[in-house]
Amino acid sequence: MAMDQVSTVHDDHAHDHKPGFFVRWFLSTNHKDIGTLYLVFAICAGIVGYTLSGLIRLELAQPGIGPLTGLMEWFGYSGDQAIEHAKHFYNVVITYHGLIMIFFMVMPALIGGFGNWFVPLMIGAPDMAFPRMNNISFWLTVAAFIMACISMLIPGTGQFLGFGGGWVLYPPLSSTTGHPGPSMDLLILSLHTAGIASILGAINFIVTILNMRAPGMTLHKMPLFAWSVLVTAVLLLLALPVLAGALTMLLTDRNFGSQFFDPSGGGDPIMFQHLFWFFGHPEVYIMILPAFGIISHIVSTFSNKPVFGYLGMAYAMVSIGAIGFIVWAHHMYTVGMPVDMKAYFVAATMVIAVPTGIKIFSWIATMWGGSIDFSVPMVWAIGFIFLFTVGGVTGVVLANAGIDHVLHDTYYVVAHFHYVLSLGAVFGLFAGWYYWFEKMFGVKYNKFIGYAHFWTMFVGSNLLFFPQHFLGLQGMPRRYIDYADAFSTWHFWSSMGYAVTLVATTIFFIGVIEAAVRRRKGVANPWGEGATTLEWTLSSPPPFHQFNELPEVKPQSHH
Amino acid sequence: MRFLVALLSILPIGAAAHAAVPEQGGINLQDAATRIMERLHWFHNYLVVIITIITLFVLALLVVVCVKYNKRANPVARKFSHNTPIEIIWTVVPVLILVAIAGPSFSNLFYQENEPDLEAIAAAEGDNPNIYPDAAEQGWIAVKAQGNQWNWTYSFPDELDDGGYPVEFVSNPLQRGLSSDNLDAARGPRNLAVDYPLVLPVNRYIRYQTAASDVIHSFAMPAFGIKTDAVPGRLNEGWFLVEEEGTYYGQCSELCGKDHAFMPIEIRVVDQDTYDAWITSLREGDFEGAFEGIDSAQVANNSDRTSAETRLAQAE
Repeated sequence: MAMDQVSTVHDDHAHDHKPGFFVRWFLSTNHKDIGTLYLVFAICAGIVGYTLSGLIRLELAQPGIGPLTGLMEWFGYSGDQAIEHAKHFYNVVITYHGLIMIFFMVMPALIGGFGNWFVPLMIGAPDMAFPRMNNISFWLTVAAFIMACISMLIPGTGQFLGFGGGWVLYPPLSSTTGHPGPSMDLLILSLHTAGIASILGAINFIVTILNMRAPGMTLHKMPLFAWSVLVTAVLLLLALPVLAGALTMLLTDRNFGSQFFDPSGGGDPIMFQHLFWFFGHPEVYIMILPAFGIISHIVSTFSNKPVFGYLGMAYAMVSIGAIGFIVWAHHMYTVGMPVDMKAYFVAATMVIAVPTGIKIFSWIATMWGGSIDFSVPMVWAIGFIFLFTVGGVTGVVLANAGIDHVLHDTYYVVAHFHYVLSLGAVFGLFAGWYYWFEKMFGVKYNKFIGYAHFWTMFVGSNLLFFPQHFLGLQGMPRRYIDYADAFSTWHFWSSMGYAVTLVATTIFFIGVIEAAVRRRKGVANPWGEGATTLEWTLSSPPPFHQFNELPEVKPQSHH
Repeated sequence: MRFLVALLSILPIGAAAHAAVPEQGGINLQDAATRIMERLHWFHNYLVVIITIITLFVLALLVVVCVKYNKRANPVARKFSHNTPIEIIWTVVPVLILVAIAGPSFSNLFYQENEPDLEAIAAAEGDNPNIYPDAAEQGWIAVKAQGNQWNWTYSFPDELDDGGYPVEFVSNPLQRGLSSDNLDAARGPRNLAVDYPLVLPVNRYIRYQTAASDVIHSFAMPAFGIKTDAVPGRLNEGWFLVEEEGTYYGQCSELCGKDHAFMPIEIRVVDQDTYDAWITSLREGDFEGAFEGIDSAQVANNSDRTSAETRLAQAE
């Protein structure tokens, strides 16, 4: 029955003949529907990840082990037993906060969500190259997320539930020495599944972008968001198999008696770290590059000016991606590397500042001489540029192995990567959300709510993360459930910052609900002549199947 | 009430400087106790100036474009999208800045990482703050820190007891967040103090080694500017020389499981005679006796306790 319906649809050339609810959303092959699914999924996973970070900030708001013990008491533990469970649970919380935010929030939202929605639209393609593979990518991600959540609830080590070894999964803490329980095995399966989903998605994007661009759209005329997704997809394709290899070795170490990472059998735990960060460093660019692409479009649209230095912008992303593969050990300055190796990684890491600087300055140059409309997406984009700069310069500090010996594994690092990811990638996400909301859903959002969301988020996230620089400089280590009393001031303010972001997040959802209830009809191009990419030539929302006649890109036209 | 305490503590009252304890509301690196850290202080201050200028410069540019080129001030946008000279400038200038950073960065890195050649230093003349000829004449003191779940085992490979084994003892934290915690403030700051601290002499070249018995730990001492992972199956090493007597605190800096937050490192740096007496007692097997003299030494403790106790302690 279902299959019949699908084939009927495909035979039917009417634009907006949509299949029934189940077929449309569960057996989806339409890039826009899959994009929407990814966004809904990322919002759900984001709520979980954000709740976990709330537990962290609640626990750290004041010294001593308090709220989590209370939670454990609620689960029926008492006395010291509750405290011991709270201590392990805290490690579980930080671990899954990281994994969920990376694998199930930022990546699905930026690549799966906006990538699926807008790469085909921007390059003038009717759909992705492999629509069914697109569908399986999405559902594997969902399966991976469910497995990750279940793995929090099954035995990790001894009587304690869940894996509490940090998102970096370093053995021996993640091998049978540290976490003999099945939780880690299920987590490995979850990450394998998420990895397969991402690799399939990456293949799909690469094939789509290389083969399905509209006639006349050469790579050098392709919109920068498509460029950013292309670079991201290549990084995914090269980096994820390395993670998969490391995870497989860990799995066989745990279950089949191999000793890749076990020194008693001639293995080396540090090898895992090299493999992990060979994946892990490109991974951070995987998360930020699509945001770079989004910001370029927004800045250009609302300055009513073409992107400044288009080729420089595109190749800056390519070089960031390429250099991203040769800097991984700057995450490992303290493991006991030879000094010359450290010196190399210092030099290579600092080089990344150059293409990143080109991007920042090119965005500002795009605005220079423009006629800036401070619409909601634009204020998010300007916020992104400034906050990403702050996160970038602390990255330059951390690149220096000498100073990193003091700051490694302290809150300074936490502050740094939250500035580039939580205030970088996530600001990029919200910028994209407000930029394309009307295009995707065909309704307008309330601008006042959008501005209110931005300002509360801006204040809250800065209050949340800026004091963490001070904590790190003072020596506060990461992943601590309790700390020396002298750290309490800045932890208190950091938690207050979280409270402000809680208000911001509430405003975000109010905005979504308000738009859904009021249903103000959207227009094809709400942004005027600055919005030049192909998605604005279509209705809002775009027809179920678009570009049945391929658009033609003229040789002299702008990218 | 707590809120008020936290609110007030942001004011810089009573911030009496003392080595090696995090300070309430502190915003900079801990005070330096070694030349390594002193150099890092200088380098960090240098970096902070550079990155602050860069950030303010970007902010200023953003403010300028927002003021000058908004829709009202500039209704008609210009359409340029290229300017080769400026693109060259914003590629070359960052490179120059990075070169200016790399110089001191490498110099500091090699100073920290290359083990000093004591013979050469002992023979050196002149007033070089980076080397200590007097200390070099006395040779190395070697100490090994082994991380366990969840305490540190300290041993002195060159100091053998009667049985011919190196002197070795375990240093446990005073607090694990449990009801059995020793919350005696006189023993040192909560979550930083240990039962038996590591004792080392002042103004001596110390070679430290790190190892681990179960999972990865990390031996960190912010005031010394050192942090070295303790990895199973590996022996990592480094060096430092502490210029001032005092009590110094560090904490395990690699996630190592449930009690990761509760394996602090406390180092008492004492004069050579006190150290000699201590290590001799240890060699002779008089463990409690060895620490008697040390315990009376002053505990560096300037952290105002913000009535922070475990839930259980609060209940009692």
